Amino acid sequence: MTIAAVQSSPTPAILPGSGGMRGALSDLFWRRPKFLLTLMLAPPLLWLGIVYIGSLFALLAQSFFSIDEFSGLINREFTLKTYGDLLQAANLDIILRTVMMAALVTLASAVIAFPIAYYAARYARGRWKALFYLGVMLPLWSSYLVKIYAWKLILAKEGILTWLLAKLNLLWLLDGWLSLPIVGGNSLSVSFTGTFIVFVYVWLPFMILPVQAALERVPGNLVEASSDLGASPGQTFRNVLFPLALPGIVAGSIFTFSLTLGDYIIPQIIGTSRLFIGQAVYSQQGTAGNIPLAAAFTVVPIVIMGFYLWGAKRMGAFDAL
Amino acid sequence: MRSDRGQRAPLGLKIAAACGLLFLHLPILLIFVYAFTTEEKSFVWPPPGLTTQWFAVTWNRPDVWDALSLSVRVAAISTAIALVLGTLCAAAVSQTRFFGREAISLLVILPIALPGIITGIALRSAFSLADIPFSFWTIVLGHATFCVVVVYNNAVARFRRTSGSMIEASMDLGADGFQTFRHVVLPNIATALLAGGMLAFALSFDEVIVTTFTAGQQQTVPIWMLEELIRPRQRPVTNVVAMVVVLVTLLPILLAYYLTRDGDQIAGSGK
Repeated sequence: MTIAAVQSSPTPAILPGSGGMRGALSDLFWRRPKFLLTLMLAPPLLWLGIVYIGSLFALLAQSFFSIDEFSGLINREFTLKTYGDLLQAANLDIILRTVMMAALVTLASAVIAFPIAYYAARYARGRWKALFYLGVMLPLWSSYLVKIYAWKLILAKEGILTWLLAKLNLLWLLDGWLSLPIVGGNSLSVSFTGTFIVFVYVWLPFMILPVQAALERVPGNLVEASSDLGASPGQTFRNVLFPLALPGIVAGSIFTFSLTLGDYIIPQIIGTSRLFIGQAVYSQQGTAGNIPLAAAFTVVPIVIMGFYLWGAKRMGAFDAL
Repeated sequence: MRSDRGQRAPLGLKIAAACGLLFLHLPILLIFVYAFTTEEKSFVWPPPGLTTQWFAVTWNRPDVWDALSLSVRVAAISTAIALVLGTLCAAAVSQTRFFGREAISLLVILPIALPGIITGIALRSAFSLADIPFSFWTIVLGHATFCVVVVYNNAVARFRRTSGSMIEASMDLGADGFQTFRHVVLPNIATALLAGGMLAFALSFDEVIVTTFTAGQQQTVPIWMLEELIRPRQRPVTNVVAMVVVLVTLLPILLAYYLTRDGDQIAGSGK
């Protein structure tokens, strides 16, 4: 009898719904994981899809509009005229100058970044490792404008660099450099050399981190094996270290290259009056009010970066990110 | 056991690495000296004298306070939006498999991978096409868009280390979805979210390129600084503000580092 009584009110293996709005919702999530997934993905996707991708398309669409030269009004009809304007010699000059600068900045960043990354990856341990890490992270996250401002202080004619060179009796070197065509100028803060130094300074941490990540994965005994087999340090670097670090360098160069292509503040504050792509975009959309040409200009870095990323992917750079 | 432990680095490498680090840090330290200079008109070095009077002058400048208050409000709201969107996205991507997962990671990273000027001008042209006037909220809209990625990166790294069986165990023990989230998921990801939030705050506080396109007449701290760099009004005040900005961004970065340093992925490595 007692057994039957127990059996008549068995505890079900599956609990009943916990009841109420909250319980019903919770059960629904469990039964239909797709519903929960949709609910989780909807807000971020709507935000990024509408705000961001929508804006990018709005921009792209504008590059196919044209500006009426007499009224200054934007003519909202499909045309390739704006892209024709983009290919004028003056604009091609701007593009070439920017790409050259981006390439030089990338090269210099890689050269300066390598020893730091190599030391941090292979020799720094414990507290030194943390110190190196913060030593790269803090400049990376320091205010971008403050970094540029610091260089304005350094490169100014009356600034610390001139003072230091005067103390070392090396002013003739600075004057000689500034009298050179293209790289020179009135002072370092209004020359391409100044622009170059600041670009390298500001983007350097973006190069160090991926190179260090790539070098961390090189086993130390590989380097030892190379020297055991009779390779000089130079040969070890060329034939062992460099090929293994290359994906990291390419990964870092994605940042240095892309950031240089799009920047308009550094060449505006420290540099000559000759424009870079970013400045051209800024002045076209601002003072000139020619949004279609500005939009067409932004397509240039997008296309260049598209090719760059495609090449980088083929070199395996994304595994090093 | 690694055979390279305790090995000494070649002298040349040591010098090159040290010079590189000095190159990264000396310019920022210079800002601290200039904040105390008595020179008003130029950037002369060495400073002719040292004074603290510019701190008082800066303190009494209403435009500096207005910019600071706008920056803090924008950063706080953008961070809050980014926290919600980034966590949702990270949870969906790391806990489940579905079609288009890779595309979503790409979509989140895109606002920061493309040059800022493209994001900025894209937003500006979208605002003008839709006839949206510039306001506080247009700034927030831009900032939240690129802040999502830092929260997302931190949350994804933490979710990867959190075992899915804990969630199942919680459900088996009778907790409903909300209880599981509140008592199991949230405590696990809390420090990663805090770190991501602080980095998002720092990123928003410092952002200038996108902001120049999405702000109307209002000035955030970076816009104020940019204005001073192009058309200097009172250089010593700029020096003081620059120093304060360095200190203000330093703290969240250090905190974020300590919150996530024992993890596999340390916060902030992908700005």
